[in-house]
Amino acid sequence: MYLRAGIDSLLRMNHTRSAVPGFAIAVAVLIAGLLLALTVGRYPVSLGDLFSVLYAKAAGHRPDVAPAVESVIWQVRGPRVIAAMLVGAALAVAGTAFQGLFRNPLVSPDILGASSGAALGAVIGIYLSFSVFAIQAIAFLGGLIAVGVVYAIGASVRSRDPILVLVLTGVVVGSLFGAGVGLVKYLADPYNQLPAMTFWLLGSLSATGTSDLLPLFGPVAAGAAVLIALRWRMNVMSLPEEEARALGVATGPLRIAIVAAATLVTSASVATAGIIGWVGLVVPHLARSLVGPDFARLLPAAAILGGGYLLLIDTLARTMAQVEIPLGILTAVIGTPFFIWLLASVQKNWS
Amino acid sequence: MILEGRQLSIGYQDRVVGSGLDVQLANGEVLALLGPNGGGKTTLLKTLLGLLAPRAGEVRLGGAALSSRTVRERARLIAYVPQTHVATFAFSVEAVVLMGRTAHGDLFARPTSDDRRVAAQMLDRLGIAALAQRPYTMISGGERQLVLLARALAQEPQFIVLDEPTANLDFGNQGKVMREIRALAASGLGVLFTTHDPNHALRAADRAYLLRGGERIAEGPVQEILTRERLEALYGAPVHMITDASGTAFVPG
Repeated sequence: MYLRAGIDSLLRMNHTRSAVPGFAIAVAVLIAGLLLALTVGRYPVSLGDLFSVLYAKAAGHRPDVAPAVESVIWQVRGPRVIAAMLVGAALAVAGTAFQGLFRNPLVSPDILGASSGAALGAVIGIYLSFSVFAIQAIAFLGGLIAVGVVYAIGASVRSRDPILVLVLTGVVVGSLFGAGVGLVKYLADPYNQLPAMTFWLLGSLSATGTSDLLPLFGPVAAGAAVLIALRWRMNVMSLPEEEARALGVATGPLRIAIVAAATLVTSASVATAGIIGWVGLVVPHLARSLVGPDFARLLPAAAILGGGYLLLIDTLARTMAQVEIPLGILTAVIGTPFFIWLLASVQKNWS
Repeated sequence: MILEGRQLSIGYQDRVVGSGLDVQLANGEVLALLGPNGGGKTTLLKTLLGLLAPRAGEVRLGGAALSSRTVRERARLIAYVPQTHVATFAFSVEAVVLMGRTAHGDLFARPTSDDRRVAAQMLDRLGIAALAQRPYTMISGGERQLVLLARALAQEPQFIVLDEPTANLDFGNQGKVMREIRALAASGLGVLFTTHDPNHALRAADRAYLLRGGERIAEGPVQEILTRERLEALYGAPVHMITDASGTAFVPG
């Protein structure tokens, strides 16, 4: 009896410990991303200088390094690093939630039109020469409207497979908003506004300053908190609708809560950094291979890994060439082959 | 406790599948639902589970309308074993069975040690404790059926409703599932299952309910109800009956 209990607890320990190496790798990626992002660049900072600046900040005295080093770390790279982490974590968490909710490992956060809605909002903001803050707000609003429209149409179309209807509606509404983006670009002033729109649509963190962090952090923290709080129910939500209900989950309200939270974090990150595709598709898979499919572990792991992933991509984007490479292009270059590989391997599993 | 449907009309928004159906199931009893494809078996099952609202009539559970109970309350009283399907995500068998504990915790609850104990106990009861850490996607169809049954047991319900529990199972596993169904009833659960094989009803059920074209053809103790004539009428096809000292079996003609 005691032996049995002992073996059980040992097995359980082993079971819970099996996720530890996965989390360790995710945290290691994040730390590597942080160190690289803060030190590498046009103005290289040595690791020693970085640590003395960080230590001095913690201890509250002035570091014995050149003032330029301090300003590079706190004013130039600091906000950008925090934004990259938040955007990466947001997209990864939203992608994880959407993949679970739609029971499809090939969907990503923009599946319900959040990205294209936010993009239309932003280009309209640029076209009307709004302030940066107003552009962010209207982008955010655009994302929520797009998802709201998708959801309303999906709910009013009667079907045996509401999820499929929702995803297809997302594709259709997304392309309509995409056409709207095209129209605004066509009408825009080609010397002043068009480059800003194009640049923003391709995804970039180069213009991120301290003032951008709060409007990004608020929605991302709120949405991610909701998703992480619901992570135990997310397992059941990834089952077919009727099974989930038979297990005691009120699927309707819960699905709305998850979609709203995931849209919130997606829109906030699109409003700050433009459209950065693929992160929400690639990172959940990497996280799943590290800690397994259980959302209780998967969501936190995806958030950590997503932050590290986008930090590494952003560092690459600003150091690879003489000019900055837009983030959306880099993530697509990595994401496309990944998606093809995924499609092939997933089909093998399904058959 | 009794689960019953009174004068049920069943169906979907655009079409009625069956009407005037009365069903009753008590604790400790096994009821088999038989009938041809498209006869309304699954629709009736889902209506009794509360997954589909009846078009008319009422489903009652323990003396109160099923619709007056929340989804969570229902899940603590009736468990559903769906037909096995291929899962999207490779959850461990233990995680799948733990999902059966959902209705016992609140919205944000993590599984407690009590939940893990119940899950382990149910895996043990069905003799699949060794599978606990295996991915659900990497086990056989028969094992999956048992895992879904363990998940239903982990709900600690009063009733278990199984949708064609023997479909896609080999001969040996079919026998195992039938034995488990008898054992569930012996432990006090009310069991309702659909099947395409009258022999399974004969072997595992106390009563049979014959459903064709959304109408009840007959209902009663299996020994009385399952006759060659009735089965021929039910399926609209010839049926042979084979009898020897050990019992009766039906074979499609």
